[in-house]
Amino acid sequence: MIKRSAEPLLWMVFSAGGVVAALVLPMLLLLFGVAFPLGWLTPPSATHLASVIGHPMTRLALVIVCTVSLFHAAHRFRYTLYDGLQIKHLNEVIALLCYGSAIVGSVASAYLLAMF
Amino acid sequence: MTQSAGHYTAYHPRWLRPHISTYWWLRRRSYFAFILREISSVFVAWSVVYLLLIISAVGQGPAAYQGLLEWSRQPWVLVLNLSSLLLVGFHAVTWFNLAPQALVVHLGHTRLPGFWISASNYAAWVVVSAIVAWIVLRG
Repeated sequence: MIKRSAEPLLWMVFSAGGVVAALVLPMLLLLFGVAFPLGWLTPPSATHLASVIGHPMTRLALVIVCTVSLFHAAHRFRYTLYDGLQIKHLNEVIALLCYGSAIVGSVASAYLLAMF
Repeated sequence: MTQSAGHYTAYHPRWLRPHISTYWWLRRRSYFAFILREISSVFVAWSVVYLLLIISAVGQGPAAYQGLLEWSRQPWVLVLNLSSLLLVGFHAVTWFNLAPQALVVHLGHTRLPGFWISASNYAAWVVVSAIVAWIVLRG
């Protein structure tokens, strides 16, 4: 299923996603996952967020963040299963499930933001 | 039985392949840190899903957005997001610390020390986080 020739590209997307996820996701999680639910900060209004997401640059940035982060996660999780659980013989099934989910998530994010 | 392509001996030699426990990563702190860093991938994926849930709720209007804010206060969601923050943060720190190994920068004939490559990554982290916070909280 996955040919050897795909590996360099997958590692490249893994790196890009690693950088993007490290730079962008912690602050978003801190705000929307912790600070707003716990009442440390007042959450922004829906209209403000709608106008932020409405900007084409924001939508483009969000699609990129979602796509590369998902492929980063898929690639790393694939190797976690190989090393952690030692199930390398399921190579093809694992690769299909990992990258398949990443593709589904990326398409969903692109659709969601294109339709916004 | 007919003799076909291969020639088989009756006794297969035992492979010298030591058995490794599935829990090998619990043996040492460094192994555990490695697996913890690898597991961060699951939380990176969840963060993207959560981000998409927020975007979808905002797209559906103020009522759906309020509903999502309510939902995010549920204890299990809060615990999941707190764990995600810790593990994605751990991913970020380990990633930036490893950056000097992946990136070699030369200034003239001297190699830029790893410290400066890590430091510039951390600086970028601060700048990007500040921009994200400013965009979200401005309204």
